[in-house]
Amino acid sequence: MRDILDAEIIVGEDCLDLEVHTAFGADLMSDVLAFAKAGSLLLTGLTNTQVIRTANVLDIAAIILVRGKKPSSETIALASELKIPILTTKYILFETAGRLYMKGIVGCLSKVENTSGRT
Amino acid sequence: MGEPKPNLYSESFHIEGGNFNSAGIVSTSIKSILKKLGIPGDIVRKAAIVSYEAEINVVSYAKKAVVNLTVGPGVVRIEVIDEGQGIPNIDLAMQEGYSTADQRIREMGFGAGMGLCNIKNYSDDFHIESEVGKGTHLKMTIQTP
Repeated sequence: MRDILDAEIIVGEDCLDLEVHTAFGADLMSDVLAFAKAGSLLLTGLTNTQVIRTANVLDIAAIILVRGKKPSSETIALASELKIPILTTKYILFETAGRLYMKGIVGCLSKVENTSGRT
Repeated sequence: MGEPKPNLYSESFHIEGGNFNSAGIVSTSIKSILKKLGIPGDIVRKAAIVSYEAEINVVSYAKKAVVNLTVGPGVVRIEVIDEGQGIPNIDLAMQEGYSTADQRIREMGFGAGMGLCNIKNYSDDFHIESEVGKGTHLKMTIQTP
């Protein structure tokens, strides 16, 4: 994964031999909470501590920050405490997702169910 | 129904409104408590999600809140009682996409009008009561095997 995305590991150098099959990408944590599945990768451009809290409650395997985003020291400290790996890549969200998809990682769902009032 | 069964565990937590950095501390504690009690992972995850969404609501809209966690035989209950502005129209607030969030909430990645829907969807039973100017009371029940 690190090679596919030319990524830099920010947290979790020691726990990155994990196996993942699914991913979810969004900057809206509300949607991440609604749709992301346990054990998935989270692709996002948000870097605040709530991204780590969100990943923690959902049992996200690792966070990939896109568009070259760097987390704050607070975010890094919380991720280390909760043992959630963070990688950062300079690729944009679309490109990051495409590169992972080509390697066999799929969305943790492909379509949402019919909903009313979704904006 | 028989006699009431004893609770296996109960604990109360406090949340301070407006403190965005603290949002998630209570749900992280609830998650680790339930894990230690040997509750299955998917149930722990549901409980963590509903309590986290509720925490986000409290820091966003209320002055403060008490969260009561109760683990009984076959059930995890989470109750969130806040003191705050309350919800004028619960039906509207429960609609996916309806939100009154300000810029600060949105910058954190929230305020998309999904919170209460998510809480309802991840709970087996969900009750909400609210009084404008006083606060909101949420009761979530998640069944365990």
